[in-house]
Order: sequence, then structure tokens, then C-alpha cells
Amino acid sequence: MSTQELSKRGAVWLDALTYSAPLQAGYPPSVRVADARLGDRPARFIAVVPDPDNPFPRARGGEVGLVEGWEVARAVREVVDADSKREEKRAIVAVIDVASQAYGRREEAYGIHQALAAAADAYASARLAGHPVIGLIVGRAMSGAFLAHGYQANRLIALADPKVMVHAMGKESAARVTLRSVADLEAFTARVPPMAYDIDNYASLGLLWKLLSVTNADAPTSADQTTVEKALQVAFDDIRNDPSRGLESRLGSEHRAASATVRRKLREQWR
Amino acid sequence: MDTQQLLERQSFIELDARSRANKLLDEGTFSELIDPFQRITSPWLMRQGIVTQADDGMVVAKGTIDGQPAVVLGIDGGFQGGSMGEVSAAKIAGSLELAAEDNRKGIPTRAVILFETGGVRLQEANLGLAAIAEIHAGIVDLRRYQPVIGITAGPIGCYGGMSIAAGLCSYLIGTREARLGLNGPAVIEQEAGIAEFDSRDRPMIWSFTGCEQRHRTGLVDDYVADDADAIRAAVIERFRAGRPEACRSERVAGFLTRLSEVDPGVQATPEQAAAIYGKGFQL
Repeated sequence: MSTQELSKRGAVWLDALTYSAPLQAGYPPSVRVADARLGDRPARFIAVVPDPDNPFPRARGGEVGLVEGWEVARAVREVVDADSKREEKRAIVAVIDVASQAYGRREEAYGIHQALAAAADAYASARLAGHPVIGLIVGRAMSGAFLAHGYQANRLIALADPKVMVHAMGKESAARVTLRSVADLEAFTARVPPMAYDIDNYASLGLLWKLLSVTNADAPTSADQTTVEKALQVAFDDIRNDPSRGLESRLGSEHRAASATVRRKLREQWR
Repeated sequence: MDTQQLLERQSFIELDARSRANKLLDEGTFSELIDPFQRITSPWLMRQGIVTQADDGMVVAKGTIDGQPAVVLGIDGGFQGGSMGEVSAAKIAGSLELAAEDNRKGIPTRAVILFETGGVRLQEANLGLAAIAEIHAGIVDLRRYQPVIGITAGPIGCYGGMSIAAGLCSYLIGTREARLGLNGPAVIEQEAGIAEFDSRDRPMIWSFTGCEQRHRTGLVDDYVADDADAIRAAVIERFRAGRPEACRSERVAGFLTRLSEVDPGVQATPEQAAAIYGKGFQL
């Protein structure tokens, strides 16, 4: 793990989109929170980033660990509480580049599932309270980490880039759990879209609101930055014009036909 | 439990998902939605050479509990480890959405989820993950109107994205047989090494993630015997109590305070976790 280079994408994009706004004090180095603007409206941006000095050794590479889950929840709930009496609810942008959830004994001992639930709860509650919540995937959006940080957003946007990846589990572990070789697993990912690791296959599932082309996802050019900013603003307006605060907008793809069929039949038989 | 009680009780763990749902609902009120004869199966397993199951391992049962409208969502741990595929997860998410809609129309439908699951079905990977996010959304929505009760009875327990779903429930009930944790032992061992977590060391695994310890550490509300009547009684008692003042996942300040008391420089022990989390989590 020490040889693996730590991704800077979350930090880089958070900094770019907030025009280097100062980070909110009181959060650990692995959770970056900045208040800036989305167009002419105030917005809170949140990223989970690698911290090689994280006191929890299994959460040093940009994983969402115990502290990260609860601190993200705090960052989101601060906005919800502050705006509770206001008509206009601030936008919340989750800048997503999360390697995975933290895998470790400490994590299980202190209930990492509960920490991730806290973050997912905060985002879902913000969405239900009327905050436009946007998930911007700039790198990896893996498994439990993505469920905690971003998957509850009203709209998901991803960069079209080879290092942008959404998945339920890393290849080695997925192969072990399903009793397959990594080669077999890769053969299936080519034929079964939901098993694929790349963002184009993911886009075919209808879960993304927009897939954006950029020239440099590691060090965005000013044109890249403008592309993403514009998309965030259009997403904001799209959420505002949508009477639903739920996640129905993700159900339209032909690859999710079964999800739609199940809901239709449940409704017919519900009494 | 003494010998006589043991002989007289009906095991909940030994019941399949359908019988569990039937047991929790008021007698004679069980009615299944999208039952196996409708054959809504996984569209993804067949093309990978895996046999499907007519209900995709998921039972949606409507009826009443304590006279009130209820839906019981029973995961069948016997099919693909209770994993969440597109269809099985949509049965849960769609039911929670309809239950919330009922409440907005003045019908007080409540939900019980029987967690017997390893989490995402990896053969349907991203569609399972997406649907689990929709289950999370459904719980958080419905929970605003009625308690959502989670039960993990065993033997599979509750893992992965569904352990997060359990963490969102208003109340959680567990037995000694069941475990509750995010990452399965084999995956932790694969990712972090055998020194961090030995997936064959069952006593160690239960000492951290078994529901007895989860109850001691405040991560499970009711620790019950493997007795179908006792579990139904616990469910009714929680529904009668109504929504909690705050759900566990909302107790941000309390958990952050307790985490600040943990020394991350040393490996965790079950005793230390119980000593710190046993103090509770203020709002």
C-alpha cells in the first residue's frame, strides 16, 4: 500500500471548484469542507482525501473510515441545521474520489457500518429537506465509500476518464468471494454491463445524470473547470425544477428494466 | 433458556424467509407480493451460467402487525448468500417507497426488514450497489413516519451495503447467532492481511461482530433468544414505542465523542469497544 501513489483528485477538484476557498476549521485532514458558490448561490463542497498520517492506519489512502463517515455526516448536518428555517436551502456538492471503505479490525470493532450509515443518512436527510445534493465523481467511487459519500445525491455527474471508476468491490476480492479467477471475472465484466469497472459501462446503467469530457482530470484546465461548473449549475436548476426529492430519475435505463418492472408490479399488488 | 423452554420454543433461525415473515405478521394476514409463481428473476445471472431462483431470494409479505398495516421484507439467506441483486433489492426499495407513500396518504404502513445478507450480489455488482442506495433512501424516508425495524437472526448475518441499511433503521434486533459488520472476514483478510483479520478465527469474529457484542456496544437495540415468539414480541413492543427520539445514525456528536476516546495506535479489543461505546451516545 505504501508504494501506491495517493490520489490528489478529490483535493484538486475541491480546490478548483471553490476557487481555493479556506477549508472549514475543525475537521480532520481527511475530510475537506469548503463553503463557496455555485454560480451566484452559496454551496458547501465536501471531499474525503488521503491522509498518510491518519491515526487510523487502515484509512490512510483516501478510504472512508470511522472518523470520515461521522465527520462527513457532521459537515452535511451543519448545513441542514443552519438552513432549517430558511426557504432557500444551500446546495451540497460531494466531490467523490474514494478508494473504498476502510478494511480493518478497529473499523469493525467500532462499527464502521454505523459511521457510513451516518454519512448516507445525512445526505439523504439533506435531500429530503430540500437541499440540492450533487455527487461529482472525479476518481474512484467504490462500494461502501460511495454509498456513504455521494450515492444519496439528487444528481450524479462523472468525468469521462479512464481513472474514474464505480464498483462494488475491488477485482481481487470480488474474484475471491464469487469463487472465480480474476481472469474469469474480467471476461464476465466485458459481457455483463453492471459488472464492468469502467465509467462508460456504468453510464449505460442510467445512474448518471451527465458524463463530462475533460482534457485533464488530474490537473483541470480552466476550460475543464468551466465545463464542470456549468454542469453543476445546470444540475442545480434541474433539481430545483423537479418536484421529486427522491431518486426516481435513475430508473430510466433499459439496463434497469427489471427495477422498473418490480416497482410496477409491487404497485399493482399493493393493498 | 432452560431445557423445557428450549424444547417448547420455535426457532426463528431455522425458519425460511417466507415462514419468518408469516410468523411476524398477525395470524392469517400474510399475503405475498410478486410471489415465486410470477417468476420475476434476475436478468443477469443466467448469462453467467448461474441458476436463478423464482423469487430472486426475496419475500415481500403484506399483512398486519399488532393490527396495523405492515410489510415484512424477508431476505432468503439460502440463495446466493442473501445477496442483493437488481430484482431482490428493488423488491425492498420499491416496498419501502410504497410504504412511505401510504403514510403520506394517511395509511400508517410500517416495515420490518429481515437482514440475512452478505451485501451486494457481485454478479450484478453496480446494479446491486445502486439499488442498495435506493434501499437506504427508502429507509430514511419511511423512518420519518413510522419506525423501520431491522432484524438479523442468522446464520448469515448482515454485511456490506446492507449493514449500512441496518445502521439506518429506527431499531435493530439481533440474536447470538447473527453477526453485523461492514466488511466480511474474507474480504478484510484479502485487503488487509491475515494478521489484521483471520477469516477462519470464528471466536474472534463473533467477539467483535456478533450481536451480543453489538448489543453491549449500543449498535443493536434488542438482543433476543432464538425464539420466534420472543422476536415477534420485541417487534410489537418497538412499534408500540413509536419512533425513537433520534436514530443511531443521527447521533453524530455522541459517536464522535466516543471515537475521540479510542486510541487508534493500538489494535482494538472487544472489551475496549464495550468500555467506550457502552457509555452511550448523546444526541
